[in-house]
Amino acid sequence: MKTFNSGGVHPPENKLTEDISIEVMPVPSEVAISLNQHLGKPAKPVVKVGSEVKKGQLIGEADGFISANVHASTSGKVKAVKPHPHPGGQYAMTVFITPDGKDEWAEGCNTAPADWKKLSKKEIIEKIRDAGIVGMGGAGFPTNVKLSPPPDKSIDTIILNGAECEPFLTADHRLMVETPDLVVQGLEIISSLFEGKAKAYIGIESNKPDAIAALKKLAEPKGIGVVSLKTKYPQGAEKQLINAITGRTIEEGELPFDKGCLVQNIGTAVAVYEAVCMNKPLIERVLTVSGMEIAERKNIMARIGTPFREIVAYCGDMTAKTNQVIAGGPMMGKALFSLDTPVVKTTSGILFLNNSRLNKSRERTCIRCSKCVEVCPQGLGPWLLANVAQLKEFDEIQLYGLANCTECGSCTYVCPSKRELVHWIKYAKALVNNRQKRKSA
Amino acid sequence: MDSVNLKVSYAPFIRSKDSIESVMYNVALALAPATVLSIYLFGMPALIVNVVCILSCIAFEWLMDTVRKKPNSCLDGSALVTGLLIALNVPANLPIWMLVVGSFIAIVGTKHVFGGLGYNVFNPALVARVFLLISFPAAMTSWPVPFSVDMETAASPLGILKTDGLEAAMSSFSLMDGFYGTMNGSLGETSTLALLAGAAWLFYKRYITITIPLTMIGSVFLFTGLFYLLDPTTYASPMFHMVTGGLMLGAFFMATDMVTSPLSVRGQIVFGLGCGLLTAIIRLWGGYPEGVSFAILIMNGFVPLIDRWDLNDRKAKNQKKSETT
Repeated sequence: MKTFNSGGVHPPENKLTEDISIEVMPVPSEVAISLNQHLGKPAKPVVKVGSEVKKGQLIGEADGFISANVHASTSGKVKAVKPHPHPGGQYAMTVFITPDGKDEWAEGCNTAPADWKKLSKKEIIEKIRDAGIVGMGGAGFPTNVKLSPPPDKSIDTIILNGAECEPFLTADHRLMVETPDLVVQGLEIISSLFEGKAKAYIGIESNKPDAIAALKKLAEPKGIGVVSLKTKYPQGAEKQLINAITGRTIEEGELPFDKGCLVQNIGTAVAVYEAVCMNKPLIERVLTVSGMEIAERKNIMARIGTPFREIVAYCGDMTAKTNQVIAGGPMMGKALFSLDTPVVKTTSGILFLNNSRLNKSRERTCIRCSKCVEVCPQGLGPWLLANVAQLKEFDEIQLYGLANCTECGSCTYVCPSKRELVHWIKYAKALVNNRQKRKSA
Repeated sequence: MDSVNLKVSYAPFIRSKDSIESVMYNVALALAPATVLSIYLFGMPALIVNVVCILSCIAFEWLMDTVRKKPNSCLDGSALVTGLLIALNVPANLPIWMLVVGSFIAIVGTKHVFGGLGYNVFNPALVARVFLLISFPAAMTSWPVPFSVDMETAASPLGILKTDGLEAAMSSFSLMDGFYGTMNGSLGETSTLALLAGAAWLFYKRYITITIPLTMIGSVFLFTGLFYLLDPTTYASPMFHMVTGGLMLGAFFMATDMVTSPLSVRGQIVFGLGCGLLTAIIRLWGGYPEGVSFAILIMNGFVPLIDRWDLNDRKAKNQKKSETT
């Protein structure tokens, strides 16, 4: 079984919802659609307060090359455009829509499935851009940009990321089991952009045998390789997945296309299919509602902009012991400060946890056990990066491979002294970035 | 629902169950076979040595925490492990006051003067052993004979090798005695079997890796083996060196001490090789019959240097990379 070359951890998998079918959640009483759901510049609002919008209508326009369109996820009236809590932890400009209950599609959206093979490469990329598709695994990089690598880079390997290595999350797993045909078609559309010169793979962790079986049946006759990967975190991190499947290593400062690779998420592939064949913009996504403190654990198809508060109500409320609500997985997710936070394109799950460490959390002294060095998939010395970050030596720290850290959190997971290693590394990264911005400004 | 008070904290939100306590208590558990065997072999005096060492180490730890106004760490298990290791490193008939002096040297003189757990450069139990050996050479080298009622003492096989030559050493015991532990020696050095059983537990729990023990024991084996092949009449066989003295205890429980060993794998290889070579050199030609403690302590002193070498090397590579891009 394939896996990446060094490091990694195996936290309890807790895939509590892996056998639960995706349930379509009804339209909430209000949607709050963030204009900042992607990497790059936030979208520019193109609707005014009071105007009527249809489902699928453009409400935020991509601002610049690295940015993405944002669409209304139901029909209704624009109530407000104002800053609002965002799952990333900050406030972001958000369009509030009061649904009219009709849930009417805008004209030209959600048409009967058409054959994508008649479209040109340019038309496909345009459709993907118009639909506002971004990487749905977490980073939210605009997909049309990722699918247009510089002309001097030749892509020979396309990988669909079905690893889903984060504990609890099962959204991609359910998509692979329930709609394997859409996953494969999405991948075929992506492959067609590289004129069939690239070999396509779907990498899936071995703890999802049903997904592997379903995709093998559909994908292998089409020449797509289905690779069973060892269940190990962070198998689904872009660099680790490339290493596991191709054996190539993305060095510091390189991007996957420098090594001829392109990685896309399972949810993204389905969204690409729907955008290209059905003209359906990215207005809903599958996400896992799980954790020990929610009454009914579910995989739901929710509208972008659904407030977490309504998801809690839909899933039968959380227990009084809940002290943390996490957007994303438990390893790389973010703890929320408000349940008003809405679902965005990159929300892969919502977890309700009773984190017992919160009240007694104390960083203890490093006992130099070298566990963090052992598990770091990027071969770094997290203890050292954290020490240097605490000393605020921001010139020094870059020489120890700061930029190479993928913030997977494996080091912090294993640390017996409970040091907040990855937090200190993120802190240093943020300050180094700020300094560079200031220098270039 | 509205009454719920959400708290933010840093990711990851799940952590492994490992803690300083779990590491330390598992090391203590891994030392248990050797400790229990020592009590079986040497009787009541061995039990007293263990109790005195453990209690005095914990007491000194508590005292230093109090004096230094630090959070209380006397029950985090590290003092327990130090106490157990000191006990395993001394003869069963050592006077109690010497044991207390040894514990003082370990906890106060080696650990807390550098800043406590995680900051000490040298392995506390080894410093205690060497301190006792240099200060009280007679008491520290008269080893009780196993199962003797009146605390009859004799030299250890390595000691006989040093003073009376190979023939006398080989006739004093058999290799299987060394493996099972039924020979003269300090509490924990005698049984290779009990030590290996404990080490297997630490490997299983992944608290130690194979790098340091393998390189250390391997280099002792190769180096002594080389001289055995050159002249088997003066030099003992490598198997003799494997089962005598403190090699197994040192390689699996002292050289692998997290705080005082290098962090990178290649650093650990250098460290292990250094420990092994120095051990063999001292055993073959040194003034003392046994060299494990000295070898590990000398290499402990090199650890900051080894770690710095590894870091500077990585740094240089990163610098080169950022210049080319």
